[in-house]
Amino acid sequence: MNETRTYLPAGLPIPVPEPDGLSAPYWNGLRENRLLVQRCGGCGGWQFGPEWICHRCHRFDPEWVEVAPRGRIYSWERAWHPVHACLKDHGPYLVVVVELPHAGHVRMLGNLLGDPRQEVVIGAEVEGVFEHHAQANPPYSLMQWRIA
Amino acid sequence: MSSERTLRGRVAIVGIGETAYYKHGQSPDAEFKLALKATLAACKDAGLDPREIDGFASYSNDRTDPSRLAAALGTKQLRSTTMQWGGGGGGNCAAVANGAAAVASGLADCVIAFRALAQGQYGRFGQSPTAATISGDMAWQAPYGVLSPGQKFAMKARRFMHDHGVKQEALRAIAMASYEHAQRNPRAVMHGKPLTESKYDDSRWIVEPFHLFDCCMENDGAAAVLMVPAERAKDFPNRPVYIVGAAMGSDSRAGAVPHNAPRYASSSFTTVAPDMYRMAGVSAKDVGVVQSYENFTGGVLMALAEHGFFHPDEANEFLQLPHLLAPNGRLPLNTSGGNLAECYMHGFELVLEAVRQVRGTSTAQAPRNDLALVIGGPMVTPVSNLLLGSEAVL
Repeated sequence: MNETRTYLPAGLPIPVPEPDGLSAPYWNGLRENRLLVQRCGGCGGWQFGPEWICHRCHRFDPEWVEVAPRGRIYSWERAWHPVHACLKDHGPYLVVVVELPHAGHVRMLGNLLGDPRQEVVIGAEVEGVFEHHAQANPPYSLMQWRIA
Repeated sequence: MSSERTLRGRVAIVGIGETAYYKHGQSPDAEFKLALKATLAACKDAGLDPREIDGFASYSNDRTDPSRLAAALGTKQLRSTTMQWGGGGGGNCAAVANGAAAVASGLADCVIAFRALAQGQYGRFGQSPTAATISGDMAWQAPYGVLSPGQKFAMKARRFMHDHGVKQEALRAIAMASYEHAQRNPRAVMHGKPLTESKYDDSRWIVEPFHLFDCCMENDGAAAVLMVPAERAKDFPNRPVYIVGAAMGSDSRAGAVPHNAPRYASSSFTTVAPDMYRMAGVSAKDVGVVQSYENFTGGVLMALAEHGFFHPDEANEFLQLPHLLAPNGRLPLNTSGGNLAECYMHGFELVLEAVRQVRGTSTAQAPRNDLALVIGGPMVTPVSNLLLGSEAVL
């Protein structure tokens, strides 16, 4: 995707890792076009969002593994009312919850690229698009989705 | 006393109090003053000297510090102070239960549970903070424009509606029940402002599937209840209202972010509702009237299903306006107008209305009023609920 064009206008809060660094591998991965989620080296359980412990076997520090950025729409919403100054006069936008069946069905959010008024179908296959906000301070990247 | 671990019948609500309810930002009083006014009103309702209060309970990080309240009121001593963890209105019933637990266990004798809000003096819930960076739970959401409570919860409701074929008309009926009841309640902020089907249908989307009228108001005010041991209940002038059941919490890993709760399309009551019914020794069919927290109508839809009032696949049949209205509906719902149309006192106004129902003093009185259910803010975690009842059910 063109780096100067993003789905939503600039001005929304910039995601940064927590002071303890729990999610830093995820955000660093996106900047390198890599989607990382946790997978426990002990029991093999998938986990996202990240935590310091595997919720299945209680082994600490689950490993980060790269997964293919594809999945299917688990739920969606079309937001109309602007609750942030930068969204005023922007018009509706689509948000999807995407599940990744090949990664333990973990879920993540993203915007559904394309026409914000398109019909959205739960279960539809989607593929990831890395959206880089290189001009932001600090720079960051997002995982976005489009119909596959 | 029995060694059974329960709140059932151990504690009574003997006083209720509230301030006038204002649109957000319009309270002439400071937030702390609102809390004082509601507390004094609850004591006056019970005919109790406020200096006898020895405990306070609240939720959602209420800013009103109990030690300051006790000092301001000159109470003889302070005993129990409890704050329910978690945001939203999920703790409204838990605040009552925690205060009641203090009374039942002997940690306190006379506890006020309350909520005070003056959003003009502090931040509004429905507007996003303007921080430049964000981390933690909101980092997974805010960059995608998922900033407000409605935007965080709409996708739970959407998935539930998809799974069970629930139509928009079901949400509309929930909204209209609140507005219909508010027309009979002169305290209600939306008194004199009825809602019609076409007004609902024509209202703008906030975030699909929620129209404007599916979303709660934001208000200023305060509300409080006064609790004493059941043995003292008849020392006060009002018909005693007993705590029959209460529960709090959420299902396994409900707090897994971002949107990773295993049971996603849920109001978070799948374990909490059975816990409450078990303590009360009753089931959904015994409940005569319900106050169900409307942050958004989709939450009410899921919460009523998870409390056993209908199977999710039967939501369209059950959630029709005539069924939800007092006095003749199958299940009178939000009989004061609730968060949508009476006042968004973070759901604490629902506790007061349940007390009125059991007393028989509601402006939209339900005929079956021996058991009145309150359901706290659905879809957050932890959530909580509360079953109030008359002496007849003990």
